[in-house]
Amino acid sequence: MSAATVLLLAPLTPLAGAVLMWLSRRRPNVREAVTLATAVVLFGLVASLYPEVAAGGRPKTEFGELLPGLVLAFEVEPLGMLFALVSSFLWIVTSLYSIGYMRGNNEAHQTRFYIYFALALAATVGIAFAANLLTLFVFYEALTIATYPLVAHHGTEEARAGGRTYLGILLGTSIGFFLLAVIVTWNVAGTLEFSPGGILAGKAPPWLVGVLLALYVFGIGKAAVMPFHRWLPAAMVAPVPVSALLHAVAVVKAGVFSVVKVVVYVFGLDLLAASPSPEWLVYVAGFTVIAASLIALRQNNLKLLLAYSTVSQLSYVILAAGLLSPLALVGAVLHIGAHALGKITLFFAAGSIYTAAHKTEVSQLDGIGRRMPWTMGAFAIGALSMIGLPPTAGFVSKWYMLLGALQVGNMVAVAIIIVSTLLNAAYFLPIVYAAFFKPEANPPAEPGPAHGRGRVALHGEGGDAPPPIVIALTVTATLTVLLFLFPGAALELAGQLVEKTR
Amino acid sequence: MISLHLPALQVVVPLISAPLCVLLRRGFGAWLLATVIAWTAFAISLALLAQVLSDGALSYKMGGWAAPWGIEYRIDRLNAFMLVIVAGIGALVMPCAYHSVAREIAPERQHLFYAAFMLALTGLLGIVITGDVFNLYVFLEITSLASYTLVALGADRRALRASFQYLVLGTIGATFILIGIGLLYMVTGTLNMADLAARIPALQELRPVRAAFAFIVVGAGLKLALFPLHLWLPNAYTYAPSVVSAFLAATATKVGVYVLMRFIFTVFGARFAFEMMPLGEILMVLGLLAVMVGSLVAVFQTNVKRMLAYSSIAQIGYMALGISFASVNGLVAGIVHLFNHAAMKGALFLALACVFYRLGSVELDAMRGLGRRMPLTMATFVAAGMSLVGVPLTVGFISKWYLVVAAIESGLWPVAVIVLVASLLALVYIWRVVEVAYFREPDGDAPEVTEAPAAMLVPTMALAAACIYFGIDTELTVGVATEAALSLLEGGP
Repeated sequence: MSAATVLLLAPLTPLAGAVLMWLSRRRPNVREAVTLATAVVLFGLVASLYPEVAAGGRPKTEFGELLPGLVLAFEVEPLGMLFALVSSFLWIVTSLYSIGYMRGNNEAHQTRFYIYFALALAATVGIAFAANLLTLFVFYEALTIATYPLVAHHGTEEARAGGRTYLGILLGTSIGFFLLAVIVTWNVAGTLEFSPGGILAGKAPPWLVGVLLALYVFGIGKAAVMPFHRWLPAAMVAPVPVSALLHAVAVVKAGVFSVVKVVVYVFGLDLLAASPSPEWLVYVAGFTVIAASLIALRQNNLKLLLAYSTVSQLSYVILAAGLLSPLALVGAVLHIGAHALGKITLFFAAGSIYTAAHKTEVSQLDGIGRRMPWTMGAFAIGALSMIGLPPTAGFVSKWYMLLGALQVGNMVAVAIIIVSTLLNAAYFLPIVYAAFFKPEANPPAEPGPAHGRGRVALHGEGGDAPPPIVIALTVTATLTVLLFLFPGAALELAGQLVEKTR
Repeated sequence: MISLHLPALQVVVPLISAPLCVLLRRGFGAWLLATVIAWTAFAISLALLAQVLSDGALSYKMGGWAAPWGIEYRIDRLNAFMLVIVAGIGALVMPCAYHSVAREIAPERQHLFYAAFMLALTGLLGIVITGDVFNLYVFLEITSLASYTLVALGADRRALRASFQYLVLGTIGATFILIGIGLLYMVTGTLNMADLAARIPALQELRPVRAAFAFIVVGAGLKLALFPLHLWLPNAYTYAPSVVSAFLAATATKVGVYVLMRFIFTVFGARFAFEMMPLGEILMVLGLLAVMVGSLVAVFQTNVKRMLAYSSIAQIGYMALGISFASVNGLVAGIVHLFNHAAMKGALFLALACVFYRLGSVELDAMRGLGRRMPLTMATFVAAGMSLVGVPLTVGFISKWYLVVAAIESGLWPVAVIVLVASLLALVYIWRVVEVAYFREPDGDAPEVTEAPAAMLVPTMALAAACIYFGIDTELTVGVATEAALSLLEGGP
């Protein structure tokens, strides 16, 4: 099979999976087998592209012309490769987790859930492989729309309000700023093709470069740069697998991925470095890093805490990209992968606690580590990665970011990273401590809530979550450590990206 | 042989069918005839478009009388495209009409409904096809009178008042156009568009020519419901029978925009309209106001039909805005939006016709949980609604793209921003319906309803499919619009 065929098959696979899921809607076992199989096939397809890309190849294919000169096309470059690999692999793990979670909590509308999940993944792969801004924009919008039914899943007043905020901010920023920036770019540069070194150099006056950068950074609302971050906490009304894969990996990473891509392939590092004030990007991102951490510090709801932590971590990537230093860019790319693994582990753990013990608040977690050792062990690893301590992946990416900041001598960025590390420690470590070392406040006297169907039968009182959940979070926690020990492949891809742009 | 007379047949065939509908005196017979005729007219329009695309503009002398004395039909890319839009919507609406009319209109009036419908179709096709300004006025009156009747046939008694309001304002508009035409005839001594175009440049300093221009622009503005001349539209669309709303929303205002374009670019010429008269500024301001006000008011409606009516006012504003740039990209945006908006509004109103057929109401509250009970209808509504918002890979995105490109090209950043912000307002009002239909549970006493009959559903879905298809494969629509825009700007028919 040629690489071009694989490129087209990749986004079509989840679409075909969605159709099969709908056909098997009356038989849950078949439906969920289809989900898992689709995820595995998708990952296989994406992974099969890796050798060529790692060897410096750039498989590409064109599949439509929207308007004269405006084509829809895919082209895999290192950054997209990494993003596609991470998302498609984590979809397998999340599918497994979803089965445990959705059944364990007796969620309604499960078919709709799995179908839109698959559609969201199709859009994510489209974003990762986009060869130009138009294709990126098309799939970016598709991702927003495909994830809306997942956010509003429960259909309660709260879920609908969350869905409104989600859709309003994401479509609002993308149509109001992002699309405008794309059209202006088209008008100025005459092309929307991503190309190493950028397409705006020599075509846009300095003031326009500044305006465009602002339009892109704020227009790509999925990157959750303040003040357009509210959609992410709002999306926490969704079932946990959605928060885990989509709102810690696919959607938010699509945001920072797009920003990095625009910085590298539309502006080019040299153009930005030469423009009068790229500094502001560092400050805006730095502000988001610190402010979101401060808000996270005050959260009692575990998922909201994780959401604000995500907002903060995303801006690390923006900040690193804004430093315009090759080493920081390596850090940015690594952080896309590292944060994905760590944060999905944390969300899996939060969902596990909810499924097994029905606890959602941080203050309820005293002593829970003894009941749920696997879950809280994984949580501890994820937390270490957020803080950026060895032996986790977060350490590697933060290391490169700090090196990058020192390379360009930006002490403000160094300070931001250090302060934020302290803040991260301040809100994650107490949870881990309380879970393992504090006594449980009121241990349950009788079997847990009635809707733990599979769990109660399998594990009895006080056990960990159902096996699919435990397996999933163990896998992601292990990977978080493995990426620390063997960052080779990710570094290779990041290195290529940096090389090609200078 | 017959292909030579296609331009005449385009108008004559639906015209003759109107009295036949009355003679049939039976709802079903009249419907069958009207449907066959509507599809015939659609086929003729497609044949004409093919002919124009391959051979260029064609001229037809009605009854064999040459131009200054007889009536000339002149078909270039712009009106061939318009004919396809009007006849195509007519053909798709007719299959839906049978069930919808049977439910909404008393049996003894049904054949009259179809007769009026055919007259309205005749008039719209005639306005578009003719190359003679007085003939245009005659067809305008035919279609207007037929439309007043159609609106008045609405089941709600308020339809009568809506129809009367429409009649008063529509008559004022038609009279203005007639005064304008009269002034032009006084000065130039001709009613043929091509002759007018040749003679006006020498006379453009004369006050009657300028007055004629003003009268015609205001008259056409009333017909196309350009803000603030839109007051007749919300009530007319809300209380008209469902299929009439769909047909009028998708065609009548578009034909109004066509008339405006024809007069501005072909008869008076772009130089006169935009350099000697301040038309660009006027249309831009009114277009922007229409876009903002229409969208904002739509957000606060609880009757979904009325909501779409206000949305139409906003969308017409986009077209006016496109014209106001007087640039190729602006005109392409305007022309392509004629087609795109016809497809999406047609689909939306037909989806509401399906909803009304089952529920007997299009109030927002009544539509709770409808996504589950009428999945195909609501999926159609969502697809066409997304298109209205301008989501990529739908027709709305294409229109918006050209409009924003045209604005940026002219250095009008604020206009570009307003266009984009207004599409967010469209998101708000469409999403109110989506949320109610998909994420609210129906009341306990809500009637059990199922999907609308296939005869209604298939055309509705076809239009929604068109919203997506022509958002991806834009070769035909954008291609025709670009050539039409270029020839309009060059002047001359």
